[in-house]
Parts: sequence; C-alpha cells; structure tokens
Amino acid sequence: MTLAEQIMTIGICALGTMLTRFLPFLIFPGKRETPKYIVYLGKALPAAIFGMLVVYCLKNVNFTAAPYGLAEIIGIGVTILLHFWKRKMLLSIAGGTVCYMLLVQFIF
Amino acid sequence: MDKKENQKSTMRRDAFKAAFPYTIPIFAGFWFLGLAYGIYMNVSGFSFVYPMIMSLVIFGGSLEFVAVSLMLSPFAPLQTLVVTLMIQARHLFYGISMLDKYKDMGWKRAYLIFGMCDESFSINYTAKIPEGVDKGWFMFFVTLLNQFYWVSGSTIGGILGSFLTFDTEGLDFVMTAMFVVIFLEQFWKEKKPYTALLGIVCTAVCRWIFGADSFLVPAMLCILLLLTLLREHLEKTAYPAEVKDGGASL
Repeated sequence: MTLAEQIMTIGICALGTMLTRFLPFLIFPGKRETPKYIVYLGKALPAAIFGMLVVYCLKNVNFTAAPYGLAEIIGIGVTILLHFWKRKMLLSIAGGTVCYMLLVQFIF
Repeated sequence: MDKKENQKSTMRRDAFKAAFPYTIPIFAGFWFLGLAYGIYMNVSGFSFVYPMIMSLVIFGGSLEFVAVSLMLSPFAPLQTLVVTLMIQARHLFYGISMLDKYKDMGWKRAYLIFGMCDESFSINYTAKIPEGVDKGWFMFFVTLLNQFYWVSGSTIGGILGSFLTFDTEGLDFVMTAMFVVIFLEQFWKEKKPYTALLGIVCTAVCRWIFGADSFLVPAMLCILLLLTLLREHLEKTAYPAEVKDGGASL
C-alpha cells in the first residue's frame, strides 16, 4: 500500500465512523418535532445497548471449553456484588478488575 | 467583563472536577488498550505517527485494530467502508439516544458527537451531573479526557513498541466491569427492565449464531425489531411519558 492509499484508508475509516455518529443528529436536527417513534427508541434503546455492550466485551470468551469463562463469570459476579453492597461505581469496577487480574495471573 | 471571565473559568473548573472521577476507569482501560494498540502497530511496521493520527481522527478502538490488517492488505476502499460501517453501526443507536441530551450545546455539540465512543456515550448518558455543574462542559470534558487517554496511550505504545513488557494481564477487564456497572444502574432505573434483558439475550443469541466477528449488526436489527414490535406494550409499562432521571453516582 502506498502512502496515499494508506491516507485514503484511514480517511475512509474516519468518514465512515463520523457518518454513524452524526447521521441521527443530521436527520433529526430538532428544528421540527422529532417523530414519536424515534423519541420512543431514544428512551428504550439505552438499556438494550448497555446489555449489548456487556455481551460485546465477552465476545471472545469461550464458555464451552476449559476454563469455561470462569474468570469472567467470577469477575462480573464480584463487580455485581460490590455494586449491590455499596453502589459506588469506582469501587465496584476496581474490585471486579483486581479480582479478575488475580484470577488470570495466578489461577487460570 | 473580568468578573464574567472569572465566572466562566470557575464554571469550567467545576465541570472538570465533576467529570474527571467518572473517567478514571476509562483512563485505566484506554491506557492499557491504547498501549496494546500502539505496540501492535509498531510491531506491524508502522511509525507511532499512525496510531496517533488514527486515534485522533477515528477514535474507535475496535475499528482501529481492524484497520491495521486493512492497511497491511492491498488497497480496497469499498471493503474498508463496508467494514467500517459494520463495526461502527452501533453509534447510530447512541445518536438516537443522545438527540435530546446533546441539544443546545453550541459549538461543543460537534465535538461531543465526533467523540461519541462507547465509553463517552455511556458516561454522558448515565452520569448524575451534580446540581449547579454545567452539563455541556461536563460532557465536553468527559469526551475530551477519554480521547486524551486513548491518543496518548496509543502514541506511547507506538513509540515504545515491543520494548514495553506487561505484567498487567487482565487489566482490560476494567471496561467490562464498567459496562456491567452501567448496565446495572440502567437496569435499576427502568420501571420494567424488559429492554435491558432484551439487549443481553438478543446479542448473546446473535453472538452464538453469527460468531464473534459478525454478530453486532444482526444483534442491532434484532433489538430494533423487538423494540418496534413491543412498542405499544413497552410504552404502557416501561416508558410512560416521563422517565425519571436517576443516574449513576461515583
């Protein structure tokens, strides 16, 4: 790949990304009333998105072969327990991450 | 005039102070992943200028990793575009969710949308912005700090390359843990958490059917279809006219 081709490849990646980020705002600039369906999606989507992102983070974990994603399951379990207990975002994240790191470095 | 300037800088400082703690997990995650990405580019034969510029103009981790292999293959503009749109399509959902929150942000709006990666969207959507803190500046600093972490991490990785050795295996889990916490907060906030569960189930099923590399777009379509079919029911039970604004505290 020549330098010009590399620049074009990076440019296409950047433009494609910006298209996906800007498109909803370009279609619904808020000057006219946003369609009710879109307003509904704006409310209903986020919870589904966060579920999607959790699964997305785990996409390369193999649950069917040893160690069956045990480190991930325990790490997430600790994060959830901490969050139920104290409901402090940073504490839950740090606790879950440290637990996961110990597991993958020393046990699995 | 002077007084006005003073007030403005106080407002900015307060917003920065409120925003920074929310970005700490992202700092850990982005430095880890950014370093890994910079090292990957370095050992693939690219100067640190590449990860630096790509992190500046693309600012999307998964696509940037894929772009490395695209740049090592013969030039294929159409394939590059299709791959980009497939990986990044989820931002359409973020945009639809942020139409309201990013309204009336003046010049900051363009940057907020430009820098709307998974993590910036998640924080800006859920964070409980303290009373009296300017929302626009808060979200601006969240986005700016996140991009700063990512660009600096990938640049340093690109410079140091394979000289760097990690004994931080597993640190990338910080992103998973963050999304789990944000998911929980959203789950608790919903009147009926049907859509939260729907998001998990749709994505998990699509991951199982379509494999790790091509499940995101089918998962999005599946979520969209179900939300549309269940609209009448969900609007009655889960989303009556005004959803209360809870939000995640630190």
